[in-house]
Amino acid sequence: MRTELLRRAALVVALAVLAIPFVIPTVWMIASSFKPLSEIFQSPPTLFTGSPTLDAYVEAFTFQPFAQQYVNSVYIAVVVTLITLVVSSLAGYAFARVRFPGANALFLVVLVGLLVPSEVTIVPLFQMFKQAGLVNTHWPLILVTALAGPCVLATFIMRQFFIALPGELEEAARLDGLGRPAIWMRIALPLAKPALSAVAILTFLASWNLYLEPTVYLTSPELFTLPQALTRYTDAYGGEMWNTQLAAATMTVVPMLVVFVIAQRQFVEGLAHSGLKG
Amino acid sequence: MTATQVNPTTREAADTPPPGPPAVRGIRRPFWTTRRRDALTGYLFVAPQLLGVGVFVLVPVVLAVWYSLNEWNIFRGELTFVGGANYAALLNDPQLPSVLAATAWFSIGVVVLNISLGLALAVMLNRRFRGVTVFRTLFFSPVVVSVVAWTLVWGFLLQDNGGINAALETIGLDGTNWLLQGDTAMISVIVTQVIRSVGVNMVLFLAALQGVPGELYEAARIDGARNSTIFLRITLPLISPTLLLTAILTIVGALQSFAQIAVLTEGGPGLATTVLVYYVFQQAFEFNDIGYGSTLALMLLTFVMLLTLLQWQLRRKWVFYED
Repeated sequence: MRTELLRRAALVVALAVLAIPFVIPTVWMIASSFKPLSEIFQSPPTLFTGSPTLDAYVEAFTFQPFAQQYVNSVYIAVVVTLITLVVSSLAGYAFARVRFPGANALFLVVLVGLLVPSEVTIVPLFQMFKQAGLVNTHWPLILVTALAGPCVLATFIMRQFFIALPGELEEAARLDGLGRPAIWMRIALPLAKPALSAVAILTFLASWNLYLEPTVYLTSPELFTLPQALTRYTDAYGGEMWNTQLAAATMTVVPMLVVFVIAQRQFVEGLAHSGLKG
Repeated sequence: MTATQVNPTTREAADTPPPGPPAVRGIRRPFWTTRRRDALTGYLFVAPQLLGVGVFVLVPVVLAVWYSLNEWNIFRGELTFVGGANYAALLNDPQLPSVLAATAWFSIGVVVLNISLGLALAVMLNRRFRGVTVFRTLFFSPVVVSVVAWTLVWGFLLQDNGGINAALETIGLDGTNWLLQGDTAMISVIVTQVIRSVGVNMVLFLAALQGVPGELYEAARIDGARNSTIFLRITLPLISPTLLLTAILTIVGALQSFAQIAVLTEGGPGLATTVLVYYVFQQAFEFNDIGYGSTLALMLLTFVMLLTLLQWQLRRKWVFYED
């Protein structure tokens, strides 16, 4: 009994020590964003400041159009997620449930889309969007993310989910005279809430975190998305404006963390059961 | 068969002409049979996704192959066909060996650390004790923090006068200028990347561990097996599909890591952390060498394809399936 207790205590201590590098950077980022610049490089460093200030937060908004950049990131991620939910649940449903000639071959084509890294396609895509006059607009970020890349993964997840769905409900709906679109909308989608939320979370995060694409496509600061904007807090000499950068980073990270802590269960289970188990 | 059961043949029967005398001339069956209607909806349902993959994946890959056979004139913005010249340039590129070495080190480092740490965390967190959910949340939380924000903070902590060295000083150790030396810069990129993303693997391993039937453990205990034996002989084989899948996903993910490197080290010092993805970006978008950049990108694609093929081959060899 005592050894069991000791063992458990040892486990908790080990976990607590291991957790330090996972937690400290975020805590330190938030804490330092309230420090005056002079205190950031103080030695020995302190976690919390005695004289908190919001200067860095004000500076984050005045140095570049941060509010606009925030809006950009949010609306792009929302639009991408909504389109992906529709496109992937339609395709996933059809690949899992509808019999049509060539379905397997077409599914293979979709899987190829899952394989090709976005870094491989970005050079030609840039040229394509340049020809179409869409460079330095949000279109590339929306279209490519919502229809290729993360969306392909989403279609795969949806298909895995719909395959496992029992067929009786569908049969019953058919006998009641419902067509395929109605079955998809009224029977399949309501049952697919767990898969849909997993897809929504994965897609939102994927869009929110895009860095290479905005770096390549966007040049006007008022069009930037958050990850790109964060790296632009440098003074006239190219030196980093650390406290401003940390304040901006805090504002991009904290809302996600709050949502995560609230919807934690769904988040983790969604990921675990997203068909990635193999 | 009871009356409430749906006869599985009913649907098929509706599509085929009823048995008996051949259809009377002049009376046509409707063109839109259930089967035809189904096929049409199938195509319509998958159309947006296929269009997306076609336009934004397949066409660009074909274009990348075409670009790789051309030289790009920045001033005129024109392509000139040069055949295999870009591929010959690959062989003569004095930087490429360093780039490939950095890519290999980074990918191997990330995979080994990510899988072992992810598995260790999952095993530790697969028990029931007070606070286990809190720990799961803590270890998973960096996944939600955006890569750039996470990397910025670590970049600050890893500076010469940053938090890591200050912390080392308080316990009497001498730090170093982590990001300005080749080997420590690589270690820094790997470690920050692993800490940020290991939560995903931890969750996938946890799900797999919870799928291992408890009776197997009990039987092994009754037989007097030790914990290490149980882990090696029961747990590992049973979660091997997840192990393999996460290994491949992690290595393919590592091959595509751009933001971490762009923000933390910009490929430096020298070429120490210039991995293939970063090199593609530099060639194509900083030096405007579209042809050579595309050639490098195709090399990256080849690596990813080979790894996936390897997974496909391996899964038959040693991966254990319950059914």
